[in-house]
Amino acid sequence: MEKRVLVIEDEPNISAALRFILSRDGWQVDVSADGQAAIGAMRDDPPDLLILDLMLPGISGFDVLRSVRAAAGTRDLPVLMLTAKGQIADRAEAERLGVSRFMTKPFSNADVIAAVQELAGP
Amino acid sequence: MPRTALTGTRIRARRNLRGLRQSELARVVGVSPSYLNLIEHNRRKVGAELLGALAQALGVSMDALAEDSDERLVEGARAAAIRSDAELVDLERIDEFTGRFPGWAKVLAETQARVERLERVVEQLNDRMTHDPYMGEALHEIISAVTAVQSTASILNDSRDIEPDWQARFHGNIVQDSARLAEGAVALVNYLDAVKSDETGLAAPQEEVEAWLEARGFALPELNEATIDIAAMVSGQMDLSSEASRQLAAQWLRRFHADAQAMPSQRLYDALSEHGLAPEALARHFDVTYDRVLRRLALVSVAELEALGLPLVGLVICDNSGTLMFRRSLEGFALPRFGGGCPLWPLYQALHRPHVPLRTALVTAGRLGRRMTSYAYATADIVLGYDRPTVMQASMLIVASDGRDWVDGVAPVWVGASCRTCPQLDCAARREPSILMTTS
Repeated sequence: MEKRVLVIEDEPNISAALRFILSRDGWQVDVSADGQAAIGAMRDDPPDLLILDLMLPGISGFDVLRSVRAAAGTRDLPVLMLTAKGQIADRAEAERLGVSRFMTKPFSNADVIAAVQELAGP
Repeated sequence: MPRTALTGTRIRARRNLRGLRQSELARVVGVSPSYLNLIEHNRRKVGAELLGALAQALGVSMDALAEDSDERLVEGARAAAIRSDAELVDLERIDEFTGRFPGWAKVLAETQARVERLERVVEQLNDRMTHDPYMGEALHEIISAVTAVQSTASILNDSRDIEPDWQARFHGNIVQDSARLAEGAVALVNYLDAVKSDETGLAAPQEEVEAWLEARGFALPELNEATIDIAAMVSGQMDLSSEASRQLAAQWLRRFHADAQAMPSQRLYDALSEHGLAPEALARHFDVTYDRVLRRLALVSVAELEALGLPLVGLVICDNSGTLMFRRSLEGFALPRFGGGCPLWPLYQALHRPHVPLRTALVTAGRLGRRMTSYAYATADIVLGYDRPTVMQASMLIVASDGRDWVDGVAPVWVGASCRTCPQLDCAARREPSILMTTS
């Protein structure tokens, strides 16, 4: 069975590209632009990996990560955080909250695939 | 004009250049060779008359042998040497270098000053990029568009067998994101262009206010008027280039105005003639708080202090976080531009002894070791209410006076500017290594 990746990203063209490259690599991809809605969806049906944008409208990527780590069903979920803000403080905060991998935009497709495979590969 | 230690080195260098023996020069200027030897090794000061004779004998101007900017040159050259990780042995020969090659030392000192100015600009620009919300938003938008374009273009380039539907969609996305990128870049450029030129000042508001007051010699005669238009005083001032600096200047002017109303200039000058620079006597004389006296004295102009025969003064004010909020600099007592000052400053001691005036004899750390007197006082500035935090404010007036008139057997306190630049390497109060340590 295909492993499932949830992408929480509010930039539709970035999530389209992510959907394409991950699908080609054999992953089932769900996309959400709404962090709050995604938290509820993950509680019911956790994915195998979460790709999370930091700068989201409304609820931030940090808030999503905090909820993911607080919920029993997603406590150990691998989370790859993407951000256009590559500052040390953001990285430190993400690590404090338990991010699995931190990647700054713009990223290379190959790096994203490699990170996903490493975090949730077979 | 005081002769600095460098004068002797210069005399020796000039004599050697002319191929004169020490005894020959001594004979010409009418001193013993051993006395000239002491002068050349900077162990004796040179009076103006002898310096004139030496200059004439060596065929140079007196200025070439002794400049009052020597110390500044030495400090500039030393700062440049420290930044370049010079060997300690080279640092110890700074005096000799500056004395023998004053022109090159000047170049070095000016270059160092320029580097520091540019570093300040970089820091300000970095600060602006980090904290300007529009700039942050615009850059985020641009990076998002770049990410989408790069990722999509990479897919089109790497995937030869891509389905026509996906291909069309990705082409469309690239066109869309390219347009967004172009718009974002244009908007950013327009934003930077549109920022009024008077808002692009790179100095921090506090520095601008201090520079503005310094340019006026700390003379603000308007403050003697009962009613003043503070907005008019701060508007159209070249030194106050940003709205933030104008607001900050207005904030201080309101406080200084109240101080000046309680201690009007002419009455203050009379009291200074009577009591001298004695804050406690002035506080009693005018029946005002001690901190008001300290602030008011810092607003006595340089010209007026000189006319009254009083030493020059500096002032530094901090809140209870230790942040320096106001600085009137005083030559010989360095005030840090960033970060906190020396923890040994009486300014900070006053914070944990509120309402107790502190008078302290100081010696500045370093080669020059200047003696100063400080008067410090702390008081509650903002009281937020019962069981709420109180914001304290401490003021320290620094007087360029050695305090011999009152210090009797009291050991002076050695203080620096800040740990980063303090040469007192074995100080027990040190909180971080000095940049001087990297040279040893």
